[in-house]
Amino acid sequence: MTLYDFAIAPFADFAFMRRAFAGAGILSLSACPVGVFLMLRRLSLTGDAMAHAILPGAAAAFLFYGLAILPMTFGGLAAGVLVALAAGAVSRLTIQREDASLAAFYLISLALGVLLVSAKGSSVDLMHVLFGTVLALNDEALLLIGAIASITAIALLALWRPLFAECLDPSFLRSVSNAGPLAHFVFLLLVVLNLVGGFQALGTLLAVGLMMLPAAAARFWFRDLEPLCLMAIAIGLLSSYLGLLASYHWSLASGPAIILTAGIFYAASLILAPRGILLSRLKPKRHLTA
Amino acid sequence: MPCFRLDDVTLGYDGHPAVHHLNGDVGRGSLTAVIGPNGSGKSTLLKGLVGALKPLGGRIERVGFAAHDIAYLPQASDIDRSFPATIEDLVSLGLWRKRGLFAGLTRDDNAQLSTALDAVGLSGFRDRPLDSLSGGQLQRALFARVLLQDARVILLDEPFAAIDSRTVADLIDLVRRWHGEARTVIAVLHDIELVRRHFPHTILLTREAIAWGRTEEALHPENLLKARRMHEAWDMQADWCRQVTA
Repeated sequence: MTLYDFAIAPFADFAFMRRAFAGAGILSLSACPVGVFLMLRRLSLTGDAMAHAILPGAAAAFLFYGLAILPMTFGGLAAGVLVALAAGAVSRLTIQREDASLAAFYLISLALGVLLVSAKGSSVDLMHVLFGTVLALNDEALLLIGAIASITAIALLALWRPLFAECLDPSFLRSVSNAGPLAHFVFLLLVVLNLVGGFQALGTLLAVGLMMLPAAAARFWFRDLEPLCLMAIAIGLLSSYLGLLASYHWSLASGPAIILTAGIFYAASLILAPRGILLSRLKPKRHLTA
Repeated sequence: MPCFRLDDVTLGYDGHPAVHHLNGDVGRGSLTAVIGPNGSGKSTLLKGLVGALKPLGGRIERVGFAAHDIAYLPQASDIDRSFPATIEDLVSLGLWRKRGLFAGLTRDDNAQLSTALDAVGLSGFRDRPLDSLSGGQLQRALFARVLLQDARVILLDEPFAAIDSRTVADLIDLVRRWHGEARTVIAVLHDIELVRRHFPHTILLTREAIAWGRTEEALHPENLLKARRMHEAWDMQADWCRQVTA
């Protein structure tokens, strides 16, 4: 087998592979920077919670419309926003912190979603909603992912400064401006949007993997925000490509293959990157003479 | 001419008052220290003045300025020092109200930033990452941010806690400069000597105002003794306040 046969032919010969890479790749462009901000705000697990929270919306749409992309997207979006708003409101109005209220609401949401899916659908349907179908992306799904990526890019660029300030010193931003809560909410909306986009391709449970793993891996390479985002995108793209290749050649489930590839990047970065375990321990600390 | 006017103000959390029935004025352009034992309501008072905490009772009047004209340096800032930001990023937040949401720094802003960093002794530290700073350097940076905020009212909550004496001396100079520029400065402090030397006015708190006025009178030994006694006699299980306001 030539290198061409191995690395390029699967994509050149099969439209479903091209579509899969387009979907996962475009998703990486927007989900990975969102993941970087989530990580820096110490909200890494919030992505996971939100991924569960969108389930009942998608499931309700699935019950009424079957496997149709737009209803499931808007259903998921509605459920995600509802949970984010409810969790935020509880933490603002009571003594309960947002992590606890978010946990409560996403668990309710998840249980509701599984109940809805299993009430009517078969377990195959449930697997589809949970784990996605990156190899069966149609034009509609690709367009949706493209639109979500565009919205995310514009919103991130527009909100860069308030998001940066909110991460760095939230109470200061609150004292000089009302932009903080707004930026926070729009940002959570972006998280939900990207998860909804991701669950077409990877399913609700794996979408968060493409968001967080490249971000967490990039943290071992760079310190500053811009290079972090670019590195996360690069890792996301590579994981999508290599994961799809692995799934093609070894008949692996494609979604998990992509996420596991990102996991390998994470493990490799953890060990080998400049800020990883090895180099930060072994390298003697240099210092100035005075 | 007052800057803040407090009328029977009670501040607290969850219906539990932390500081009771405060009455008094803070003069415009005055330099006031707030002093008292731990848990006597000093930080709570500042939060009330800033507007972050609504009074449980009474009224806080801001005379001739809005909440946004206050520069407030909280005691334990929730600055995330592991966040990848530089001193410039942190200090330039002080220009937020001037620059707004989206605009970048102009050349004029850059010059102001340099001047502010010079003033706190951090020239040359502009591009240093936050996680490499000592506590004193971080506090200097936060003072530089207050400088850029150019606020008429400045509230500082324990600005000199756990900071080396040279930094304290430098930052006190800044506080005196603000006083010279007729800004109203209120600072929560622990060091009585520091207060005596530099602050003309003092509020002595022990969950209520023991003294409020000129520093030499407020910090009279009798008042200090009273503050200590009242603090020791504090009863967590106290009944609801019986001092009825007419």
